[in-house]
Amino acid sequence: MIYSEKVMDHFANPRNVGEIENADGIGEVGNAKCGDIMKMYLKINGGIIEDVKFKTFGCGAAVATSSMATELIKGKSIEEALKLTNKAVIEALDGLPPAKIHCSVLAEEAMKAAIADYYTRQGLDPELYVGKVSHNCDACEGCK
Amino acid sequence: MEKRFIYCDNAATTAVSKRALDAAMPYFCSEFGNASSIYMHGQNAAKAVLSAREKIAGILGCKTGEIYFTSGGSEADNWAIKGAALLGKAKGKNHIITSVFEHHAVLHTCEFLEKQGFEVTYVPVDENGLVRPKDIEDAIKDTTCLVTIMFANNEIGTIQPIREIAEICKARKVFFHTDAVQAVGNVEINVKDMGIDMLSLSGHKIHAPKGIGALYCRAGISLPNLIHGGAQEKNKRAGTENVPFIVALSVALEDACSDIKAKQERLSKKRDRLIDGILKIQQTRLNGDRQKRLCSNVNISIRGIEGESLLLMLDMYGILASSGSACTSGSLDPSHVLLAIGLPHEIAHGSLRLSISDETTDEDIDYILETVPKVVDRLRSMSPLWERICREEGLVGTI
Ligand SMILES: Cc1ncc(COP(=O)(O)O)c(C=O)c1O
Repeated sequence: MIYSEKVMDHFANPRNVGEIENADGIGEVGNAKCGDIMKMYLKINGGIIEDVKFKTFGCGAAVATSSMATELIKGKSIEEALKLTNKAVIEALDGLPPAKIHCSVLAEEAMKAAIADYYTRQGLDPELYVGKVSHNCDACEGCK
Repeated sequence: MEKRFIYCDNAATTAVSKRALDAAMPYFCSEFGNASSIYMHGQNAAKAVLSAREKIAGILGCKTGEIYFTSGGSEADNWAIKGAALLGKAKGKNHIITSVFEHHAVLHTCEFLEKQGFEVTYVPVDENGLVRPKDIEDAIKDTTCLVTIMFANNEIGTIQPIREIAEICKARKVFFHTDAVQAVGNVEINVKDMGIDMLSLSGHKIHAPKGIGALYCRAGISLPNLIHGGAQEKNKRAGTENVPFIVALSVALEDACSDIKAKQERLSKKRDRLIDGILKIQQTRLNGDRQKRLCSNVNISIRGIEGESLLLMLDMYGILASSGSACTSGSLDPSHVLLAIGLPHEIAHGSLRLSISDETTDEDIDYILETVPKVVDRLRSMSPLWERICREEGLVGTI
């Protein structure tokens, strides 16, 4: 298994690591049993993701995909962020080994879970905006 | 700063030693003859193979004719197990006993045999990673044709009670095979003295090349062929002998076994310094018995972090190690060995194996002990799992 230079760069120097105090939305996906957990924090102002931070427990690809996902949505509107797919994350990282595709799925879900949390806090039904977000491994290809 | 290169993965493979390489060299280009040929040139090769066989037999304490060269540990394991299974079947015995934490060369062979109609008992191991001889004794029945238990585990380095198990097998008239790939060169082994019927070893774990190994098979056990063809290896294992590698294996084995006591003393001091040093990090645990352990093996679980990212980050610091996390095992589950000793998945994912050699210096150990806590701290600082552990268990969130 070989990681691209981009993956290694995002693993070695992850962007936007940390937490946001008084975040407007927090999403956590994955579980310890499977070996990866991603937690994403959003600061949202006027529908724009002003700041985003993440914490990840997991392999090199898990760290790199979370890092890349935060870069791709920072400064974007919520609508734009919701268009982000795991494929875009993979492309931006110049590819992932097949066994690691599920990490990119997790990164997409972490972001969506954080946005869903934002809507919930606004008293809105997140499903109307984000659709169904799985908070566990259900969507993880790897586990099937 | 010059990037370091600290190789601590000798249980995965080793560098070929200068002596083994030098001994092999003549047999590539000048003494390249086929050992089966009648002319001098071929006979020189045959002599080299014979003297290598004699040397290895001497070291293991068996007869020259009881050593068979193979392509490595996996082939030796396959041959011993499938061979004993076929011998058993001919006598109406179809039961094999092994343990849950064998190398895949043994486990997958047993699983294959199950599909062919054999019955396999996988005895458990205790929380220290040791097989209980009593479990073997209890599992043996009239139909048992083989017990195969590894001499030392490749991940956690635990040394099994081989002598006791061999005695039980002898008393119950069941063949006993041991995969000694990790033990050879680290533990004193005399197959006759210990009552071992078959033993697998591999060259690349003891500074010989990859792709060469040997099976010791006691005279009187007429193991059927795994590889059919020419008359090499007493008609038992066809294929033109890999003369240079066979010569290299004998030299490497000689070096590995020349003074095992002294080596154990040297290495276990270094190993213990690593173990004690890394265990200073909070929420860590040593995997595998502390005493009955290879002098080269360190295996520690570090809570709150995942093994692959630990290895990648250590690699950036020039430390080469391995882990039993799912991501490094190439499957979705963490190592079957760590699960077998009762670790929950979460803790098995965060394991670190360092396997040292005489090349590992005291300075290397200092450097590893400086670096591992730094790397663990960094990974924990970005781990939501560690954050949760600290919150739920009231820990202070630094190492
Ligand atoms: C315990 C054990 N058995 C068997 C093998 C396989 O040996 P080889 O790589 O020579 O086939 C290994 C090494 O990978 C091992 O550690």
